[in-house]
Amino acid sequence: MTHSTAQSLYTFELPAASHWSLKIKRGLELTLTDITGGANLGMMFYNPENLLERYNAPDTLKCQHTFKLTRGNCLYSDMGRIFCSITADNFGWHETVCGNSRKQHIEKTWGSLSYQDAQNDWRQNGFDAFLVELTKYGLNERDMGANLNLFSKVVADDNGNLSLDTSAAKPGASLTLRFEMDTLVVMHSCPHPLNQAASYPRTPVLCELFEAAPVADDDYCKNFRPENGRGFENNRLYHLGVGA
Amino acid sequence: MIRESDMLLSEAQESTVVPAGDYLLKKIKRGQTVRITDLEGNQAADTLFYNANNTAERYSAMDTIREQGNVYLSAGTLLRSNFGNPLLEITADTCGRHDTLGGACATESNTVRYDLNKRCMHACRDSWMLAIGEHESVGISKRDITHNINFFMNVPVTAEGGLTFEDGISAPGKYVEMVAHMDVYMLVSNCPQLNNPCNGYNPTPVEITLW
Repeated sequence: MTHSTAQSLYTFELPAASHWSLKIKRGLELTLTDITGGANLGMMFYNPENLLERYNAPDTLKCQHTFKLTRGNCLYSDMGRIFCSITADNFGWHETVCGNSRKQHIEKTWGSLSYQDAQNDWRQNGFDAFLVELTKYGLNERDMGANLNLFSKVVADDNGNLSLDTSAAKPGASLTLRFEMDTLVVMHSCPHPLNQAASYPRTPVLCELFEAAPVADDDYCKNFRPENGRGFENNRLYHLGVGA
Repeated sequence: MIRESDMLLSEAQESTVVPAGDYLLKKIKRGQTVRITDLEGNQAADTLFYNANNTAERYSAMDTIREQGNVYLSAGTLLRSNFGNPLLEITADTCGRHDTLGGACATESNTVRYDLNKRCMHACRDSWMLAIGEHESVGISKRDITHNINFFMNVPVTAEGGLTFEDGISAPGKYVEMVAHMDVYMLVSNCPQLNNPCNGYNPTPVEITLW
C-alpha cells in the first residue's frame, strides 16, 4: 500500500446504481475498488471554496498527452490546478469523454422499470444521479462538464470509432486518488453509457479513505510529466494563498 | 469525410473576418447555414454553441462523441447539446476532421502545458470571458463555458490511448459548414495560441459566412 497508514479512516460500499457526494480534504487518499468486476464509477470534482472551479477533461487529457487515465496521471481543474493524482491503479485505463447514461439510454437498452415496481433495484441513470447530488450544492446541469468513468476502458480505432472494452473488467480492480486540494467529489455507480450488457449492470464500488503519505520530491505523479510538476506548483501557490 | 458545399458565396447574407485573438458572438437562426473558412491555413477556431432561447442548453462534446461513437467531427456529424438535442449538423467539410477533445487554451492551462511564465499570454478562454462580459443580455456565464469544438485542429487518438497534437491538416481556404437545427448563438474564439503547432505558431484570421 502507498498509504502512510494502512488503517482506513472511513469505508463505505456505494451500492449499484447509486449516487453520493462528499468533500475530501487535501492529504487524504480515496481507494476505489470494483468489487464484482464490470463497475462504472462516474465522478466529477468541484472546488468547495469556488464552485466555478471544476474538473476539466480536455485540460487533463491534453496536458498529459493522453486519452486514457491511469497511475501517474493528475486530474486537473479548469484553473490549472490538480484536484487529485492517481497514485495507484491496477486496472490501467479509465475514460473521461463519453459522459453519462440518461433515462432514454437505459430504457432503450434494458427497458422501462419504475421505482414503484423495482424499488431500490430500479434502473437509475448517470445524468439524473449527478443532477440529484449537484442540486444539493446549488449546482445544476449547467455545471456539468465531462465526468470520469472509472473502471471503463473505452478505446478508439484509427478512424476515431469508440468502443467499450468489456473484457477489461476484473473483480478487485482498484485505483487510488490522492487529493492535492480540498475537493467536492460527486459520484455515481450507474452503468457506462456504451454498456450493452444483456441485463442492467449492478456493480457496487468500495470506497475507502486513508491518510496519504506526504508528497515527496520524487513523487511518481508529480514527476510523471513536466506538466504535472507545474500543476503541483500551481497548487502550492494556491495553498500559499496567492492563487485565484 | 470530405464533402464540398453547394452554397454559393454570391448568395451569402453576410460575411465577417475574425482576426486571430478576437471573438465573434453571432445568432444563427434555425435553418440558416454557417461556414467557417480557414483563410490562411493551420488556424484553430474554438467554438461553442448555445440554444438561443435557453442558454442552459449548449454544445456538449461528450453527448456529441458518445451518440456518434466517434471522437472526430466531420460532414454528417450532429453537434449535440447537453440535453441530447441536435444543435447543428455539419453539412460540408473540406478539411475532413475536427477536434472536440482538446478543449480551449486558457491562461491557467498554459502555465501547466508550456511554462509557469506563460500565464499572461492571451488565450481562448480570455476571449470567451470578454464575450460574456460584453454581452450580458445573452445570459451565459463561466458556468456555461465547457468543452468546445476546435475546428481545423488535428488531435489524433492512438490505439494505445495516446493523444497527440499534430500539425494541422487544414490549409488556406478549407472550410466547414453547418446548418442550424434550432436558433443558436455561436461563440467563436479565433485562437491566439503561440505555443503549439495547431495553428503553426502563427495565428491567422478566419471568416464566418452566413446563408
